[in-house]
Amino acid sequence: MPDHPAADPEAFRAEARAWLAANFPASLKGRGGVMMAEGGLPSEPDIRAWTRAMADKGWGVPTWPRAYGGGGLAPAQAKVLQQEMSAAGAWSPIGGMGVMMLGPTLLEYGAEAQKQRHIPPIARGEARWCQGFSEPGAGSDLASLQTRCEDAGDHWLVNGQKIWTSGAQWADWCFCLVRTDQARKHEGISFLLIDMRSGGVETRPIRLISGNSPFCETFFTDVKVPKDNLVGPLGGGWTIAKRLLQHERGGLAGAGRGGLTAEPVSDLAKGYLDLDDAGRIADSDLRARIAGHEMDLMAFQLTAARSMRESRSNSGPSAATSIMKNAGARVAQDRAELTLEIMGNQGLGWEGEGFTRDELAAVRGWLGGKAFSIYGGSAEVQDSIIAKRILGLPDPLGQSR
Amino acid sequence: MAVLTEEQSLLRDAARTWTQEKSSVSAFRNMRDAALPLGYDPATFAEMAAMGWCGVIIPEEYGGSGFGYLGLGLILEETGRTLTASPLLATALAAASALVLGGSEAQKRRWLPGIATGDLVATLAVDEGAHHAPRKVALAAGRNGEGWRLDGAKAFVLEGMAAEVFVVSARTSGQSGDEGGITLFLVAADAQGLIRQSLKLADSRGAANLAFEGVEVGPDAMLGEVDAGWPLLDQILDRARAGLAAEMLGTAVQAFETTLDYLKVRVQFGQVIGAFQALQHRAAAMFTDLELARSCVEAALIAIDESSPDTAELVSLAKAKMGETLHRVSNEMVQMHGGIGMTDAHDAGLYLKRARAAETAFGGQAFHRDRYARLQGY
Repeated sequence: MPDHPAADPEAFRAEARAWLAANFPASLKGRGGVMMAEGGLPSEPDIRAWTRAMADKGWGVPTWPRAYGGGGLAPAQAKVLQQEMSAAGAWSPIGGMGVMMLGPTLLEYGAEAQKQRHIPPIARGEARWCQGFSEPGAGSDLASLQTRCEDAGDHWLVNGQKIWTSGAQWADWCFCLVRTDQARKHEGISFLLIDMRSGGVETRPIRLISGNSPFCETFFTDVKVPKDNLVGPLGGGWTIAKRLLQHERGGLAGAGRGGLTAEPVSDLAKGYLDLDDAGRIADSDLRARIAGHEMDLMAFQLTAARSMRESRSNSGPSAATSIMKNAGARVAQDRAELTLEIMGNQGLGWEGEGFTRDELAAVRGWLGGKAFSIYGGSAEVQDSIIAKRILGLPDPLGQSR
Repeated sequence: MAVLTEEQSLLRDAARTWTQEKSSVSAFRNMRDAALPLGYDPATFAEMAAMGWCGVIIPEEYGGSGFGYLGLGLILEETGRTLTASPLLATALAAASALVLGGSEAQKRRWLPGIATGDLVATLAVDEGAHHAPRKVALAAGRNGEGWRLDGAKAFVLEGMAAEVFVVSARTSGQSGDEGGITLFLVAADAQGLIRQSLKLADSRGAANLAFEGVEVGPDAMLGEVDAGWPLLDQILDRARAGLAAEMLGTAVQAFETTLDYLKVRVQFGQVIGAFQALQHRAAAMFTDLELARSCVEAALIAIDESSPDTAELVSLAKAKMGETLHRVSNEMVQMHGGIGMTDAHDAGLYLKRARAAETAFGGQAFHRDRYARLQGY
């Protein structure tokens, strides 16, 4: 139950608007997408103050219970908050995997002590989490993971290697899938929280085609983990992981959308391309493709809104939810490709002089965005999930999962 | 599926039950095989009218129920599923919209009650060439005493042989292509000098070309203002487009479901072909497109009901996305059925043919992409 007093979302609108006007520093207006993409916020006084204000209010995680540092808002109020933030050019400085994935999962599956210990720091943006799921031999076939977790009496002993652990080099904690039973594939997986400062944890950043290193290889060598850090039952990790991946996919669809709220590509195009006498983009092929893209984007946004409305009124995910990750990835990638095409040679800059900050960011964003259709379950895995779970087609590999 | 009111749910459920029991695809096939002259079975349409479907967007004071465009869209989605042939869209949505939006009190009283009961079939006569181009109006209307005299032609008029009244766009000034100088008229089908030619189209639905040779109408035939008919016409067309998109959604959903059923039963290489990933991923892609298109169609209908300022953009979005999706799904329906999908005995061909006709009517994908860009200012 929401524990916010203003039950009427429209009454709440005035409150949210006034609070944002009083607390959101004008210097940060519209800079959210750029800064969040760089993996960690710069230490500016305005950013620190804004983070503190949001943390005190609990509005970085507006629908989480107040008891754990959340905003305690009803979904309708959270939507109003989102609208007001967007209208004000404000953005949440509290995010990351703790907010997107672990928090909702712990709220659902965590023991009370685990919630009390881990959720408030996430809600305040003070604890950074990374995700230890994929391994060199376990990508799309995640359940084949091999990182071993043995019962060593008063603690767990973890040995193995994870890959694509986003932000592991900065993370305080890792939520990890580990193998507690060699004999059973899915039932042999458990969900474990590992302190990244534990002895035996080593991270190595992986340099990507974008030039950035948002991902790491993470090695666990005889890492001792307290017994209390097991979430859910022993061997129950796969169920929790599937649920968490739903949050991840939902969040990623949202993240794609976040990157899409910027300037329409048609506006960008007017600055780079020849216009005809009526002010229209003269290259009719490119104009048609820009319109096609803007329509795809609108269709995606309408579907995101519809899926939220339906999930709320059916109190369960709507069928439309299943398509959001792939559709979001495709729209975001199309947008990046189109942006570069519009920029022409100016969309080829890697660094240095001769290019605007936006042009350089577009190039890095285009490359970085190739991951949208790979991480969190590749586009192909998503299509297989739709085929099996929604359309009821048989599993080509004859598996029951 | 949009979150529906109780009335809307009842309307949709009634439509679903009726189409499945009384107007299945085989009913459409029988109509086609019988080569009925109007392109639909009047008895079928009478049943639809008896359920009140012709009055859904017509206000109660003129004999309708005033349930709105989303309500009528839900019915059209169901009739689209089974390819039900009827003038519902042409008369109860397009022509009714023309009168509701542009009619004088006298015109509304004269025409709307008949449309609402289904006793009167009316339709739009807008296009003059092979492509939807509502600004390209050459059909001339000149002053003729108190009234007007119409000379010219109209092409691909939906339900043109069944209609007793046409809503005709005519040029009262300016050049073909201009938005100014367009005026709308209500013309009875039996007017002297109006000649219609029945068209036999691939989708077996009713359509006609019209020739106007000195057709004389009275002053009460003018709908809206002289020379200023364009904004009205544009709004009328948007209602027709959104309604057609709703029908296309039903057609696409059924084409997809029929295909999906086939993937689950057709066995090759010792397994159902739906177990092959190549087909699974195409099925998932179609499902994705259908979900995206549904959002657009529902948003367009709701925008009309709410008189939203972005109605035109949302309608073009809906018509274009729905056209794209139905195009893909209808092609895949044939391809995934293989040889059986090429036979006339199978329904796939009926869906494919209807898909192309519906895509083209009131503007295809290219038309609406261009319009969307214009509306956005580029």
